[in-house]
Amino acid sequence: MAETAVTLPSPDKRPWLEVGTFLTRYGSWLALALLILVNLAITPNFATWQTLNVNLTQVCTIVIVGVGMTLVIATGGIDLSVGALMAIAGALAPLIFLGKLFPLPHPLVGIALAFVIPLIATALLGLFNGWLITHLRIQPIIATLVLFIAGRGIAQVFTNGNLQVFNLPEFQFIGLGRLFGIPFQAILMVIIVVTVAWVLRRTVFGREVLAIGGNERAARLAGIPVASVKQRVYLISGVLSGLAGLIVIARNSAADANLVGLGMELDAIAAVAVGGTLLTGGRASVIGTLVGALIIQLVRYTLLANGVPDAAALVAKAAIIVLAVWLQRQNYR
Amino acid sequence: MDSTRLKLFRGIGRYGVLLALIILIVFGWLRYENFLGLFNVLSVLRYNSMFALVALGMCFVIITGGIDLSVGSTAALGSVVAALLSPYGILPGLLGGLAAGFAIGACNAFIITRLNILPFIATLATMLAASGCALLLAENQSVSVSYDSGFTEIGQGDFFSFPIPAWIALFVYLLGSLVLNLTSFGRTVLAVGGNEDATRLMGLPAGRVKAAVYIMSGCLSGLAGVILAAQFGAGQPIEGVGWELFAIAAVVVGGTLLTGGVGSVGSTLVGVLLLGLIFNILNFENGLGWISLSAYWQSVIRGAFLLLVVSIQARLSLRAEEAT
Repeated sequence: MAETAVTLPSPDKRPWLEVGTFLTRYGSWLALALLILVNLAITPNFATWQTLNVNLTQVCTIVIVGVGMTLVIATGGIDLSVGALMAIAGALAPLIFLGKLFPLPHPLVGIALAFVIPLIATALLGLFNGWLITHLRIQPIIATLVLFIAGRGIAQVFTNGNLQVFNLPEFQFIGLGRLFGIPFQAILMVIIVVTVAWVLRRTVFGREVLAIGGNERAARLAGIPVASVKQRVYLISGVLSGLAGLIVIARNSAADANLVGLGMELDAIAAVAVGGTLLTGGRASVIGTLVGALIIQLVRYTLLANGVPDAAALVAKAAIIVLAVWLQRQNYR
Repeated sequence: MDSTRLKLFRGIGRYGVLLALIILIVFGWLRYENFLGLFNVLSVLRYNSMFALVALGMCFVIITGGIDLSVGSTAALGSVVAALLSPYGILPGLLGGLAAGFAIGACNAFIITRLNILPFIATLATMLAASGCALLLAENQSVSVSYDSGFTEIGQGDFFSFPIPAWIALFVYLLGSLVLNLTSFGRTVLAVGGNEDATRLMGLPAGRVKAAVYIMSGCLSGLAGVILAAQFGAGQPIEGVGWELFAIAAVVVGGTLLTGGVGSVGSTLVGVLLLGLIFNILNFENGLGWISLSAYWQSVIRGAFLLLVVSIQARLSLRAEEAT
């Protein structure tokens, strides 16, 4: 399943080991298939268009943020600020299209700016994370902790902590719209996953990201512009978080700076971990992150649809994360 | 760069936090009436003692080069268990909260040392699990504690007119400082953070020490949960969100390196007080009436403060690197 393996597969040819390798390599796909089969068997009304849509819309923002997180983790870093950046983008957009920040010449201009300005803002904040990490050499977990703490506060100060309610179909297309009956956000998600997976696998930038995660010093000696690559990675994570924030508020027809993206950093990291990306960097799979997020979502859906309380689903999620990471470790002993 | 300037830089790094705390206190004392009044001082200490306990556990974990994200939900679980047991008296409530913390800490220790999973992911998972357990036990609502059994004394009571939770925190910090500096366990904790492989090759029980550190962090979080329940009169399953990052921030502000091997118990306490005082000063500032900053500014200011401290630390360590 890994799109990219820096470590060579072991030359061991014993058949049972191959079964083991197969299981750990394609384990998450198998788990996903198994989950779908189990659901088809026990969950009423599982094979419906509506179930698919519900699950897709719930997993969508986690995947979009998770893709950025995958790149960050591939360089050996981590980005705790994603949820706070979602809140900032979500707070900024309504302020713009409701004309609270500056007068709007035309409503459509407001809508266009409501997409552009929040994304630029979160891009700059992502770049700020990257700058702290590369120039001041602060560890990623601490550097992004700064915006994790301050970011949501900034969003709350912007809106005074108030709920901003709106009804603006043109803007909300990103969260509520459909193309050929498929939620637009799901299409967006697939485009992002495919693009970034391609970038990671086929472009120089992608190889540089993995090289830095594998061995930063060696990457530097090989002439890779480590600082610039890292900054771009955090910038991408910022933009994708901003986009996810816009989707969330469009879906809810309301922006609540206290809640948008709350706990998203952990959901995204969990998806990345379950998806088979090494948390120490150097090996990453964007498709894996998609599968990881789908597994976590589907387990929760299965439990909820069969009457298990949400709290117990949390415990199950914890078990899945540990199990998935432990199984992957067996492959790389 | 000559050695005296190098020493100066190291000195700033070491005592800078303490200096910042003193400056903040003097600032508050000059600017606000009653800032150093008994009521304010005691309530700041009472409220921040829970964070202090959590941060101490985090400090030990970080010194070994690990991290514990589960502290907040462990405290929530501890508060729920303590509240459920509070009708039976102080001791059952206290022991129940500690046992809940111990259980989560033991899970962390097992996953990290036996399954060899990174602390970040392991404790992320147990964070979810602890939160789930707390919600299940509390049936998704806060559990009020019994006021008849004297349980609330742990959070609200005084002993020699000093808050009991602050006594607990003080005692635990003294103990923690002694353990880290004077026992072989403490030296091994520092050694594991410095170089785990070397520690293992020297025949020191690296795995056992790591396990002990996570169990300790779990127990301290459970204890913080007991105080939380006693102080606010309820076990709160959804409390503790973001505590882990507050604790990490306090430890880092206190000068403990996240890479492990270096750290001090005393500076962690200073870090906690520093971050706690910012909130207190904000309240006083609003009370003056010149400006009106909403509570939302608190997190912005805390973030900015964290940024300031870590960038100064980063500069100092870069200079020190260049000097050597």
